[in-house]
Amino acid sequence: MPGVAYPDQVESVYPALERILPLVRKPIQYVGGELNATTKVWESVAVRWALMYPDAYEVGLPNQGLQILYEVLNERDHVLAERTYSVWPDMEQLMREHAIPQFTVESHRPVGAFDVLGVSFATELGYTNLLTALDLAGIPLHASERGDDDPLVIAGGHSAFNPEPVADFIDAAVVGDGETAVLALSDLIRDFKAAGGGTRTQLLDLIAASGMAYVPSRYEVSYLPDGRIQRVVPLGPQTPWRVAKHTVSDLDEWPYPKQPLVPLAETVHERASVEIFRGCTRGCRFCQAGMITRPVRERSKATVADMVETSLRATGFEEAGLLSLSSADHSEIADLTRGLADRYEGTNTGLSLPSTRVDAFNIDLANELSRNGRRSGLTFAPEGGSERIRKVINKMVSEEDLIRTVSAAYAAGWRQVKLYFMCGLPTETDDDVLQIARMAKEVIRTGREVSGRRDIRCTVSIGGFVPKPHTPFQWAGQLGWEATDARLGLLRNEIRSDRDLGKAIGFRYHDGRPGIVEGLLARGDRRVGAVIEQVWRDGGRFDGWSEYFSFDRWMAACEVVGLDIDWYTTRERDRSEVLPWDHLDSGLDKEWLWQDWQDALDEVEVEDCRWSPCFDCGVCDQMGTQIQVGPTDGVILPIVEVRS
Amino acid sequence: MARRTPDREYIPPVQTLQIRYAKRGRMRFASHRDFQRAWERALRRVAVPMAYSAGFSPHPKVSYAGAAPTGAASEAEFLEIGVIQAVDPEQLRASLDDALPEGLDIVSVVEASVPLTETLRFSKWRLEWPSDVSDAVSAFESCASVGVERVTKAGRRTIDVRALCSDLRMTSPTTLELTVQHAEPTPRPAEVVAAIRQVAADVPPDTVLATRLAQGLSEDGEVRPPF
Repeated sequence: MPGVAYPDQVESVYPALERILPLVRKPIQYVGGELNATTKVWESVAVRWALMYPDAYEVGLPNQGLQILYEVLNERDHVLAERTYSVWPDMEQLMREHAIPQFTVESHRPVGAFDVLGVSFATELGYTNLLTALDLAGIPLHASERGDDDPLVIAGGHSAFNPEPVADFIDAAVVGDGETAVLALSDLIRDFKAAGGGTRTQLLDLIAASGMAYVPSRYEVSYLPDGRIQRVVPLGPQTPWRVAKHTVSDLDEWPYPKQPLVPLAETVHERASVEIFRGCTRGCRFCQAGMITRPVRERSKATVADMVETSLRATGFEEAGLLSLSSADHSEIADLTRGLADRYEGTNTGLSLPSTRVDAFNIDLANELSRNGRRSGLTFAPEGGSERIRKVINKMVSEEDLIRTVSAAYAAGWRQVKLYFMCGLPTETDDDVLQIARMAKEVIRTGREVSGRRDIRCTVSIGGFVPKPHTPFQWAGQLGWEATDARLGLLRNEIRSDRDLGKAIGFRYHDGRPGIVEGLLARGDRRVGAVIEQVWRDGGRFDGWSEYFSFDRWMAACEVVGLDIDWYTTRERDRSEVLPWDHLDSGLDKEWLWQDWQDALDEVEVEDCRWSPCFDCGVCDQMGTQIQVGPTDGVILPIVEVRS
Repeated sequence: MARRTPDREYIPPVQTLQIRYAKRGRMRFASHRDFQRAWERALRRVAVPMAYSAGFSPHPKVSYAGAAPTGAASEAEFLEIGVIQAVDPEQLRASLDDALPEGLDIVSVVEASVPLTETLRFSKWRLEWPSDVSDAVSAFESCASVGVERVTKAGRRTIDVRALCSDLRMTSPTTLELTVQHAEPTPRPAEVVAAIRQVAADVPPDTVLATRLAQGLSEDGEVRPPF
């Protein structure tokens, strides 16, 4: 922690670890040693970050956000960054028995010795894992109990757009893109130390006043007698009323990761990932990612092509994936996929384009990328079963589009089509969901006709909808889990009702209960923190994993704390309610969001602002940013092998 | 996932190379599968002209000789690859060593002359306990036979671990070096440790760090590597 004389040497916990590693499952996940990992001399830098992904190594290691920040920070001479992940319960128990603290995987340094513990929350279900890490690290769970020697605990990631449920446990939250934010924070901490340091309170005051990050302890929340928030007031004259998100404006200038980490252990994504654009303007009303990452900022095709080649060379991966929220929407995607497919034709390098767009253009792209390989499966996300509900959620795809697209896929030799849906959308009725079955059967019928084969398959994958902050659905009442499960049951019966077609349709669903807990954490306020802590004290770990998640434990904790979960989840909010995240500025105008919510209820659609005039969502004005799309110059050239 | 043409022309290897590598430091915790993935990626990064197996989903031609178990370090692991263009063994060693994570180190590369199965008959192991085990080891050494049970797919079978161990030597009160003969099946280091605890129950169930020091033929009490 800044301002306090730290020991120059921080001892590695590895010698103690080595004795317990033979006793745990998959010990390789705890030893680091990844290709392209960075280690620096502890005393050679001024600012030290421990970056955490609060899930298992196999999930956390491939996370792009963390890898980007890791590289951006380590490129600076005065900063070092190491990584730490959640340890499984078998490891946790042994670490407690042997008094081994939470450690980083590069140098096995104790997390408590770093200046900052930066935690990236892609999902709210990682909150209990934060508490495990803090406790193992010897860092007090409550920010208010931390001393000058403890690291600053800073949250980031999409869930940080409403950090209120973890407000007790974090010192600050960074909202939006992390690249520039972590550098600005590093410089602030370095300067603070160089000027002689000070107390933790002084440093947090500086951060709060800078607007770089949101410091929950510098805001006071008061409540109305009925439980709603009365207001949120900044403490002290320097603290801003609202904290704005960070937006990186030219992604070509930030081509990270350049040297992706290659783990020894098996992880969930074994490929080089290149982000081809950030943001999305399709305006799907349920999609928090699309709303909070506006505006669209594309990487040029030349930069993407360079990044693909650099990543493949640096890693030895066999596959490169072109990532974004809707990859087929890149303005130069056709050129890009053709160029890359030409370049890697005849090699063992595979290309993939995870995309959910439902149109024939998408099939062309998929065909291009699988030019010299097998055509196994394609995924589409109509999200809603009926034309009506798709208008409500602003997923503009007609039934005809979908059938035409899927036919094109089967005709081009694809054997398997996956369709993603949600259940429990605002205004949804049983009939909206049952139409999914009709659609799936039509897909199989048409597919058999155009392909002339009977072995084609379609999988319906469906989960409960969870309303998220900073979306037009932030006011919506969530559907209760019993109703969700009942609707999913009806859908399953409807799919199975036709034996011939039904056997070609796979049905995968998630039961409604985890969604209710996610809903509580997503739209919760500071009073939810006590529930998280109670669940953790009761043994809650890895809530994102069905084998560890316990709904009963969460309900019991709500009871103990005296919190009414229905009030937080299934209750619809009205226009005047102060929402717990209103003082975090995603750029979206609350009035615009309300209007879009009303349009949803009226089944009125809104176009993609990338191709049509501005709808005044507020982001570009508020943030001083703008949409960045092609065309760009340049062509993708084949790679010329230079052999020594 | 790699997308390879199913009708890719099969090109037979023109050269077979035998490779000796080490698993050092924290890489002792890499499983054999972990090593295989790292190895195949290193082959791609270095662009080694690998021979691929024939068939719909061709694999690079690599054969691994009995790998050390997860948790054991090794100075002497061996594998064999086939290439479709002749390469310089020393250059290949250097570039593959560079392409692998620290702790997975390529020790030497030679052109194959004798099959590895003929030369890798014995392993020399070092076992390190956290406490003094000299009495227990003496007791074990004085036995003619100590059986340890292994559960395999085919059912339970007992391996006479003692009969396959020779040249036991305590290099410190906590460290044992010994030679283990390869057999069907070969005792694992953990089974040697279990056998010792079986004859001397006062040895606490601590974790023992195992390191394979050498593999090869046994001559005059030493295990001599093929290269």
